[in-house]
Amino acid sequence: MSILVVLEQQGGQWHRMSWETLAAGQQLGAANGQPVEAAVVGKGIGTLANEAATRKLAKVWAVEHDLLDSYTADGYTAAVEELIRKAQPTLVLFPHTYQVRDFAPKLATRFSQVLVSDVIAARVDAGALSLVRQFFQGKLSGDVRVSGAGPVFASLQAGAWRADALESGSAPVEAFAPVLSADKIRQKPEVPFREAARAVDLTAAEIIVSVGRGIKEQSNLPVVEDLAKAFGAELAASRPICDAGWLPMERQVGSSGQTVAPKVYRCRHLRCDSAPGGDERRQDHRRD
Amino acid sequence: MKIFVAIKQVPLRDSPLHPDASGKWIDEADLSFEINEPDAYALEEALQLKEKHGGEVVVLCAGPERAAQTIREALAKGADRAIHIAMDNLGALDTLGVAKLLTAAVAAEKPDLILTGLQSDDLGSGQTGVVMAELLGVPHSTIIMQAEVRDGTIRVKRELENGWFQHIEMPLPAVLTMQSGSNKLRYATLMGIKKAKSKEIRSVTPAELGGAPAAVAAIEKVYLPQKSKQTQIFEGDAKTAAAQLVEKLKFEVRVL
Repeated sequence: MSILVVLEQQGGQWHRMSWETLAAGQQLGAANGQPVEAAVVGKGIGTLANEAATRKLAKVWAVEHDLLDSYTADGYTAAVEELIRKAQPTLVLFPHTYQVRDFAPKLATRFSQVLVSDVIAARVDAGALSLVRQFFQGKLSGDVRVSGAGPVFASLQAGAWRADALESGSAPVEAFAPVLSADKIRQKPEVPFREAARAVDLTAAEIIVSVGRGIKEQSNLPVVEDLAKAFGAELAASRPICDAGWLPMERQVGSSGQTVAPKVYRCRHLRCDSAPGGDERRQDHRRD
Repeated sequence: MKIFVAIKQVPLRDSPLHPDASGKWIDEADLSFEINEPDAYALEEALQLKEKHGGEVVVLCAGPERAAQTIREALAKGADRAIHIAMDNLGALDTLGVAKLLTAAVAAEKPDLILTGLQSDDLGSGQTGVVMAELLGVPHSTIIMQAEVRDGTIRVKRELENGWFQHIEMPLPAVLTMQSGSNKLRYATLMGIKKAKSKEIRSVTPAELGGAPAAVAAIEKVYLPQKSKQTQIFEGDAKTAAAQLVEKLKFEVRVL
């Protein structure tokens, strides 16, 4: 009857959204009277598991295997599937990251379930869980109810829960060694790379000034660059601007770029939604 | 190589959206429809792979009668034939149900590669391709920018977060979900449009495919988002407006 929160790490570094998802798990657990457990998946994750155990949780699972050193959809699906069959949670929460998009739908299928992705809120009415997500790239919201025998799988949108709401505590860490075999892992990942020298981390930016297609010409960019500088803000852009090569892709935000949670987000000539592949034919955030 | 492209027909991007009488989906009565944008990139990638390696591109689409128009447009761009899973109540299914029908339609065809968009512009679940791969028992990768076919394998460039990328190699057959903007989309030529008229669109019903299970994830209601964000327009010349903005940022938002 527990809630399982699957945290994300890469090379020993937490994905920032892990803590937001854990906060959501704690809040839903409190509302439902359910114990909350967390899982850390990878290789050499002892330190991370101990860090997770300083939160208010019933248990931290350290899911460890040599074959989980680099992320693969096949490896992660098999490992988390095995953990779920052991831990028997009724609700499994993930941060809605690119990695989760890659394996959580496959995992849910193994339980004849469907991942409810990119969830922005959750409500419990008379014991029944309603998950709120967006449709049409944020232009419509909807409540989703999940039935069926397996656990409910949901991935949570960046910024929908705040990590600063996390409660501290002390949880036991339990090691879990899934049975994996190399020949069942079909994806052979190579070392990740960046195409441009990286100068910015938008996910950590407090103020962002963002441009879209309405800027019309590359020669207009300095106007916005000056504005960003005046605010002490980071400059971001939507996909068409980055596709055109006017700004490097590391500055892309939105559904196909990074999901950011700054205190202030100023849009110049773009549409603010969360969908990938968005173009800026709509300019409803146009300010001048 | 035999490449299947799963496409979806969705409302035009700027369509006015209003909940229908049931409150569970939008009123589609007066809307126009088009190919889901990421699916258009999946089709483009398939056509380019065919140009390099030869073979066949087959379009796969579940939807009502109107979806035939979108299928025809894909044929006009160069796909060789199509399978249309004809159904009016696509919305009654969840991702698993739709993926089961699509999988049933391709399984007997034994494709080398299945491509689809990373997500749909309407539901935006981003799962159909991944679920299809699991049902077919083949590997997959998502948010793909490029694909390079080698001898019996495919090497893809996957987009990670924060400007990172990664190459991944996996054996064929495989399923890839394509990112928007990863290619330049072609237009249908006049010749292509003419040829499309004689290309095969095989129509099958869900029943012929063994049916789909009842949805486990059901939309209870849709509604316009509650606006937690407010738009405020500062009037006046740049200097006045800037002063007002700084005031707001300093004392209301308190970030400066």
